[in-house]
Amino acid sequence: MQLQLNGETVETEAATLDAFLAEQGYADAVVATAVNGSFVAGPARLGLALSAGDKIEVLAPMQGG
Amino acid sequence: MRSFYGVDLPNGFMLGTAQYPSPAILADAFKRSGAGVATVSLRRESGQDRAGQDFWAMIRDLGVQVLPNTAGCHTVKEAVTTAHMAREVFGTKWIKLEVIGEEDTLQPDVFGLVEAARVLSEDGFQVFPYTTEDLVVADKLLHAGCEVLMPWGAPIGSGLGLNNLFGLRAMRAHFPNVPLVIDAGLGLPSQAAQAMELGFDAVLLNTAVAKAGDPAAMAEAFATAIRAGQLAYDADPMEPRDMAAPSTPVIGKAFLE
Repeated sequence: MQLQLNGETVETEAATLDAFLAEQGYADAVVATAVNGSFVAGPARLGLALSAGDKIEVLAPMQGG
Repeated sequence: MRSFYGVDLPNGFMLGTAQYPSPAILADAFKRSGAGVATVSLRRESGQDRAGQDFWAMIRDLGVQVLPNTAGCHTVKEAVTTAHMAREVFGTKWIKLEVIGEEDTLQPDVFGLVEAARVLSEDGFQVFPYTTEDLVVADKLLHAGCEVLMPWGAPIGSGLGLNNLFGLRAMRAHFPNVPLVIDAGLGLPSQAAQAMELGFDAVLLNTAVAKAGDPAAMAEAFATAIRAGQLAYDADPMEPRDMAAPSTPVIGKAFLE
């Protein structure tokens, strides 16, 4: 199915958020996630079912003022 | 020095981490600033580059308190969601709450700010609200649960200094027991000293250091000015007056006409 990852369309075989993150190279990374505009805490990613068209945001620490 | 949500800081310097020429210069600037707080942010992470991971490792090595921001957020929902994401990633209840209301000045949407501050405070966050010097807004932020206020000196990144001395002085007088931080708009160490001389508890800045020709030297210059301003405020400065008053005693002067 197709999802939106940080604004880009991606094709995935993953059915859950944790599997999707591992597939996309985020395994063990310090990141925070949101699905369709709502925060998803780390423990809640496990087994969270994804649907085609979901908008996923993956954020990490960055420089800030 | 007041504490901020129970945390004592080594000085009144909170320093941003953006716009430095290199990570090494950033680290050097922090070392010479003595700052106990580093502001940080969250941005989209690529699964290939994972650039945020290296940055986070470097910030942790600085050994300072991190203050995540909600920079770039324009709505309550955006700011609240970003704050939750920041709390998880950075492992702190501290949040520098920004709800931007206008693009040219980047001034806060104070209505959204108060609402977001209430939501986050009720959820256990310790909110540092980026606000204006408006006393009514400040009072509402305190009632919303904020224990620190961060009025702007001037628009973010402008380097204009303290644009509204009257308003900032009134804020200090109106909230004598609230930790107050000048956030944004400072361009020179003398402006930071002025803020501290007014009785502010800290200054938060980024661009003035990061965009200096020698960021590390400028960081030290700001630290020195902050210290000077704080010492001056604690020393209880004289009252200014309109007319001259001779400092050398007149009594005993020779009559030489």
